[in-house]
Amino acid sequence: MIYDTIIIGGGLSGLVAGVKLASAKKRVAIITSGQSALHFLSGSIGLLSAVDGEPVSDPIASLEKLPENHPYNKIGAGRISSMAGEAADILKAAGIVVDGNAGETRYRLTPLGAWEPTWLVMDGIASCPHPSKCPWRKATVVNFHGYLDFFPEYVADGLREAGIEAECHEVKLPELVRLRKSCSEMRAASIAKILRGEVLRKLAIELNALGGDSEVLLLPAVIGLKSMQETEELQAMVKKTIRYVPVIPMSVAGVRAQSMLRNYFEKLGGTYFLGDSVSRGNFSDGRLESVHTANLGETVLEADDFILATGSFFSQGLVAKPDAIVEPVFGLDVDQTAERTERYDKNFFAPQRYMRFGVETDKEFRVSRGGKTVANLRAIGSILSGADPLKEGSGAGIALLSAVCVARKLITLN
Amino acid sequence: MELQVKNISPNNFEQCIKCTICTVYCPVLSVNPDYPGPKQAGPDGERYRLKDPEFYDKALKMCLNCKRCEVACPSGVKIGDIIQTARIRYDHHRPGLRDVILASTDEMGSIATKMAPVVNTMLSLKPVKVIMDKTIGVDCHRTFPAYAGRTFESWMKHKAPDQTVYPHKVSYFHGCYVNYNYPALGKDFVKLMNAIGYGVELLDKERCCGVAKISNKLISQATRDAELNIRSIRAAVAKGQPVIGTSSTCIFTMRDEYPHVLGVDNADVRDSIYLASKFVHELVDEGKVKLVFRPDFHRRVTYHTPCHMQRMGWAIHSVELLRMIPGLELVPIESACCGIAGTYGFKKENYATSQAIGKELFDSILNASVDEVVTDCETCKWQIEMSTGVPVVNPVSILAEALDVEATRKANGL
Ligand SMILES: Cc1cc2nc3c(=O)[nH]c(=O)nc-3n(C[C@H](O)[C@H](O)[C@H](O)COP(=O)(O)OP(=O)(O)OC[C@H]3O[C@@H](n4cnc5c(N)ncnc54)[C@H](O)[C@@H]3O)c2cc1C
Ligand code: SF4
Ligand code: SF4
Repeated sequence: MIYDTIIIGGGLSGLVAGVKLASAKKRVAIITSGQSALHFLSGSIGLLSAVDGEPVSDPIASLEKLPENHPYNKIGAGRISSMAGEAADILKAAGIVVDGNAGETRYRLTPLGAWEPTWLVMDGIASCPHPSKCPWRKATVVNFHGYLDFFPEYVADGLREAGIEAECHEVKLPELVRLRKSCSEMRAASIAKILRGEVLRKLAIELNALGGDSEVLLLPAVIGLKSMQETEELQAMVKKTIRYVPVIPMSVAGVRAQSMLRNYFEKLGGTYFLGDSVSRGNFSDGRLESVHTANLGETVLEADDFILATGSFFSQGLVAKPDAIVEPVFGLDVDQTAERTERYDKNFFAPQRYMRFGVETDKEFRVSRGGKTVANLRAIGSILSGADPLKEGSGAGIALLSAVCVARKLITLN
Repeated sequence: MELQVKNISPNNFEQCIKCTICTVYCPVLSVNPDYPGPKQAGPDGERYRLKDPEFYDKALKMCLNCKRCEVACPSGVKIGDIIQTARIRYDHHRPGLRDVILASTDEMGSIATKMAPVVNTMLSLKPVKVIMDKTIGVDCHRTFPAYAGRTFESWMKHKAPDQTVYPHKVSYFHGCYVNYNYPALGKDFVKLMNAIGYGVELLDKERCCGVAKISNKLISQATRDAELNIRSIRAAVAKGQPVIGTSSTCIFTMRDEYPHVLGVDNADVRDSIYLASKFVHELVDEGKVKLVFRPDFHRRVTYHTPCHMQRMGWAIHSVELLRMIPGLELVPIESACCGIAGTYGFKKENYATSQAIGKELFDSILNASVDEVVTDCETCKWQIEMSTGVPVVNPVSILAEALDVEATRKANGL
């Protein structure tokens, strides 16, 4: 089968690149082994919230403090703003509502009730432009009876510290109590599957009955697994404004984003192979000609250009072997320290070197193999080297921006 | 470090990072909180069972073996295989009469075809259904697929001489359904293959693929049948003939369940076992074969991806073939389990779960307002037809109907 572009890995970066290329009428296929890190994305997309442990208020002005091989420096400060705007537009086109603007810091409410800097905030997750400009004077934190992955008192305490009045309530829905039969399964995604239709109406009645003089109801983010339909329906039935607070993953907002991006990609004519893995490639003359997958056997998939978006250690885009970190599909060159003992710091909370490991790329995100650049294979997302997404709060931002950057390049090339 | 290398299990169970992604996609867990879910039933439970078989939980029999969990798992854990192997190893409950009857498709089929009119009438009578429901626990809502008066095998005997004239040959694994219930599909297959220059032969001997016996734990019979099938397949492959089937479940069972669940080695012939749509699509894709369609064929259809098709990652072949038919309008729907899972949905205790699982799919099929649903699996066909009233056909039958046979023969130099 022949495509213009084949994307390996269908997480945030692969999907966003796929959507942009498919919108430009390219024939695109995404091949992905399993579900992605989006399932853990708490509902906020970070661009850059700290450098060297120091909080950042103006991400673009802080780029120069990042290491030279950082993905943002390859994109360049001049282009970050416009690409960030475009990335947000792609999410919106797929139906994912986000609050926030390119380059501006926004603050989201954490499960511990603190305001944390981030960039874009998804679909009704509680956020504000600045903690000092919080729109509410008093909030009601609501939990579901029996649900243990959300801690309303923590949230309330945090809010009170920030000078907001807060009270906690619990609602009891028999349909949810039934979930407690299996002690491990009263989880965000399983609740979301039940909070629909009639049960949602019952919830609305309970919420309206709470009364009180607070301006906002803060609920755990466990509604709307496939689309925004349920959150919209609930808001339409409930008098007070509803905002959601992230809970222990599965992240319902993340699962929803994954499914909405995939549906949009397919609607644009893209082909999504879920549950298949690229196993190896055929190279010639410094180019990748075609790839093999586990399911397709002898059939090869050919394309003019390839994008590697297989993620980091979590998704097995990178694999740690006893003697080295490897990129398992093509054996690409990986930026890493030689000595095993230098990969990590024994202090768990210190920045870990291995977080910055990833495939080596040139300014255009082209990878290399045995020291030689592969002309038509580019890497995007968390497989890239140079960033510490955890400490920088930059994971999803890098995935989005590198995807837009590479997709733009491929559109102008051909 | 040596320990790391040695610590690898056949089902990858030690690779589980407890991310819980699999639990989001399990159709049973979504509707039935009594089921522990893939993570708990699979890799988590396995750790306990390895310590002491007493930890075996009989709720594992609720697993549909749909493998949607495996498709979702980012760590490549063979969750479904772990569950099925545990059922075989630790569940010492002997299958009852009903399970034996449901699983013995070959034995029942060969008796029933001889008396087809009587058996069909009997099985469709209300009182008979009620008796079966009350005595052996076959749910009375179910409609049994009708038995044909003459088996496909006996039809093929008369066709054998015609098949020798073609330049290429394939062996056809027809399966119980084509043989006893629906020879028309087998005939469509022969029509399609002949039109592109392929003669069709039967295997020396063929038994049921064993999927029903595996799920009803008739393991020694299933293994005997599997060994016989693999011997026949080997003989065909030795003659240079690939082995092709028209049921995704039979093909999946022979390719993957034989080695993973029954321990029957098929490594030497696995890649020669095809599904018809994959075989034909690859020939067309490689330009070795041409299909010419009738200009007067018009149909609005949707493609339902059977779970095992999703696991094999081959839905793309059927979809791409359908897209080649000019008069066919393909309406995309989101892939979801139909709930029948072979003999599972026939059992009284599973009927409600089975229909609840399928609801999402039935709703999207009804919303799509199509003339027909296309799918590669016969049990999905029964379930969808019973639950939506929309007729369901195999892609091979659509191709055979839409094909301009004379023009196709000419285009392929016949
Ligand atoms: C637990 C966790 C929590 C996070 N929380 C946040 C957050 O709250 N906010 C934030 O901004 N960022 C967060 N991040 C970071 C951010 O989510 C990720 O950096 C970003 O989603 C990565 O996207 P990606 O597309 O690069 O990779 P991934 O999402 O990892 O996707 C890679 C995909 O490639 C597939 N794949 C791998 N190998 C192959 C192969 N050989 N063939 C085919 N497919 C393959 C995988 O199955 C996977 O689906 C978090 C990350 C993790 C791991
Ligand atoms: S998805 Fe895979 S790794 Fe995650 S919990 Fe399930 S089995 Fe374990
Ligand atoms: S095979 Fe299907 S039913 Fe069984 S655990 Fe996995 S997802 Fe659930």
